[in-house]
Amino acid sequence: MELEVLWFAVVAFLFIGYFILDGFDFGVGMALPLVSKDDTDRRVVINAIGPVWDLNETWVIVAGAALFAAFPEWYASLFSGFYLALLLILLALIVRGVSFEYRHQHDSVAWRRGFDTMIVVGSALPALLWGVAFANIVQGVALDADHNYIGGFFALLNPYALLGGVTTLLLFLTHGLHFLTLKTDGAVKERAHRLAQVVGAVAILVAAVFLVITNLMTGTVASWILSALAAVALIAGWLLNRIRRDGWSFAALAATIGLAVAALFTALFPNVLPASNDPANSLTIWNAASSDYTLTVMSWTALIALPVVFGYQIWTYWVFRKRVTRANIEVAAH
Amino acid sequence: MIEQLDPVFLSQLQFGATTVYHFLFVPLTLGLVFVVAGFQTAWYRTAKVQYLYLTHFFGRIFLINFAMGVVTGIVQEFQFGMNWSEYSRFVGDIFGAPLAFEGLIAFFLEATFIGLWIFGWDKLKPGVHLATIWLTAVGTTLSAYFIIAANAFMQNPVGYEINEAKGRAELVDIGAVLTNPVAVAAWPHTIFGALMFAGAVVVAAAAWHLKRNQNYDTMRPALKAGAWVVIGAFAATVFFGDQLSLAMVAAQPMKMAAAEAQFDTMGPASFSLFTIGTPDGTSELFSVRIPHLLSILSTHTWDGEVEGLNDLQAQYSVLYGPDEYRPILWVTYWSFRWMIALGALSALIAVVGLWVTRKNKETGEPREPKPWMWTVAIWSAPLPMLAAIIGWIFTEMGRQPWLVFGLLKTRDGVSPGVTGLEVLISLALFTIVYGALAVVEFRLIRKAAQRQPEELVRIDAETGKPEPTATTVY
Repeated sequence: MELEVLWFAVVAFLFIGYFILDGFDFGVGMALPLVSKDDTDRRVVINAIGPVWDLNETWVIVAGAALFAAFPEWYASLFSGFYLALLLILLALIVRGVSFEYRHQHDSVAWRRGFDTMIVVGSALPALLWGVAFANIVQGVALDADHNYIGGFFALLNPYALLGGVTTLLLFLTHGLHFLTLKTDGAVKERAHRLAQVVGAVAILVAAVFLVITNLMTGTVASWILSALAAVALIAGWLLNRIRRDGWSFAALAATIGLAVAALFTALFPNVLPASNDPANSLTIWNAASSDYTLTVMSWTALIALPVVFGYQIWTYWVFRKRVTRANIEVAAH
Repeated sequence: MIEQLDPVFLSQLQFGATTVYHFLFVPLTLGLVFVVAGFQTAWYRTAKVQYLYLTHFFGRIFLINFAMGVVTGIVQEFQFGMNWSEYSRFVGDIFGAPLAFEGLIAFFLEATFIGLWIFGWDKLKPGVHLATIWLTAVGTTLSAYFIIAANAFMQNPVGYEINEAKGRAELVDIGAVLTNPVAVAAWPHTIFGALMFAGAVVVAAAAWHLKRNQNYDTMRPALKAGAWVVIGAFAATVFFGDQLSLAMVAAQPMKMAAAEAQFDTMGPASFSLFTIGTPDGTSELFSVRIPHLLSILSTHTWDGEVEGLNDLQAQYSVLYGPDEYRPILWVTYWSFRWMIALGALSALIAVVGLWVTRKNKETGEPREPKPWMWTVAIWSAPLPMLAAIIGWIFTEMGRQPWLVFGLLKTRDGVSPGVTGLEVLISLALFTIVYGALAVVEFRLIRKAAQRQPEELVRIDAETGKPEPTATTVY
């Protein structure tokens, strides 16, 4: 396989990993006020992702760095072109991250309320904006001959892209609710389960519309198949949640997100940033890639590092496999 | 009005401001992780409960700070593409690789194992749990290495070829990039500088408690350990700083000339403690000098020749075309001196601190310093941090007008599609958010430093042994 194709797959894989993992963190963050009645409930919710949110978020740093190293032109055009959208994502990730760490450091209702709000906003904004950004990438944007984005901020907020944003927001929220159903117990678990049934049903409708439009626009046989599988997994997830198979319903949503993002990357291939104004200005894996030498060095590094990374990350999830309960929080609160 | 906003200047200002801000937290993370790991190792080996108190006490401070380092670090990685897209296009083939290594090898490691450390006290065996903090330390230290290797390419480009057809620099030797002499010296210089700061923070926290005659059994060993860390790390920082100046003179003679405001080439060259120059910055009016010292620093010889600003300016104008190749002199000259002075002052305070708290040989009791001495110990904590930040300002301002030395100028690296207004918006938002968080962070760390260490550990009433509980539960 050619190295450009391999690295397109690696970048896609890293974003798939990021959206599956940080996707449920975003969902849990958005669900915070919806499934909790008191502060102990809220701490159960936050502690459910406590040990893993940082490692999940690191996936986007690695995905961004891999994009930079393997496709510098793509990184340069995308990150400068989506300047304000990425700025909002960055600010959201900042306030969300520090909120987890800071909310319990000071015993005051107003203090905690403030950080709870920042967790909700800091989770909802990236969940929406990542969808907007990826929908725009697939749809194509206006690029000049030097591949600089020339469309302006508001052109990114077109109906198709906003639909993409709502889709990721709903998928991540459902994913987070399934995660909470799996990782908590008692009243929090029940509320998460009931809410997942409602949100999941809406997510099925919106995601179906978005995937059909995407495939009609730029679809290939492979992207149609992946989209269909994503839809099947999403519906299966909803049904499994309904019959209370907590582990399987979580796995089904993870599969949904993975397959849907894979469908987007497949629809995009071999472009990485299509120019909607003039196809000659499009960035492809061929004109955006690094040299063969760089890609070779990167391939060996990834080949050695990634299995080790998987090993210790899976082990981490195994260490923290138990449900987080109100009793855990009350014991720890001293 | 909006058209007059200069994206180059604003992007520089934003990158400089966000990087300095990021670096308020990074040195404490880099240094304190070893302090916490050291205390936990002491607890593991001796089972003395005060070491467990200290592990949790400084672990808490470490975590408050760690979160800020992580979230402000994402901004750093994104900014290359957001504000410096031409730069990213030009050097991405080379510069991206160490960033990707940093993510794959270092960031995953530290982000995963810090979670295991925080929440794993009651889930992992003590030896395994101890290993998680050491692996976090390996991750943070390696991440510093990779980002410094990337930065070293901007100071001293190596291992590359220019591809004229694609108009970019391409990697031809990854080994050369990762063993760049600038990186090899700058990495330990940075790590030991960070350890100085961590040591000074430990001293300050311990001094606060000892001044109030409380937690003596816990805080007295912390005070001693912290002061020794400051002194030892200072010696290492000086040693590697010297190595770094040799590498710098070889790669960027203009930067050393600018650090010294050395206008004309001389051998032997003297080191000035103080200089006043003409307003246009092309010659000096008055200075206080130590003979031969600059020759020794730059070349490790008594009479070595050191190139001057004016000669280098003439050389570069021929080599790279007419332009201003001298950095802003008052910044480079004074930042170099203040970096050294603040670092040395911090080490001096640590030495005096150990002396005034030494044990009385006859009674075996430690001496009681005067209250104002404790106050000095508390307020001198930021000195190594300021030295580190000023050092980075020196090294980055001394690189100007180059973005990548000899290859790409700063004004040519900026994103052509990003407007001055957009950068102004982002700069304003970063300023507001970062400013507010800095206030919160400082107060939380101060509060954590003033807590009673025993409160952080629960002792089992029956066995009298500490129960393993999470360092912090969100």
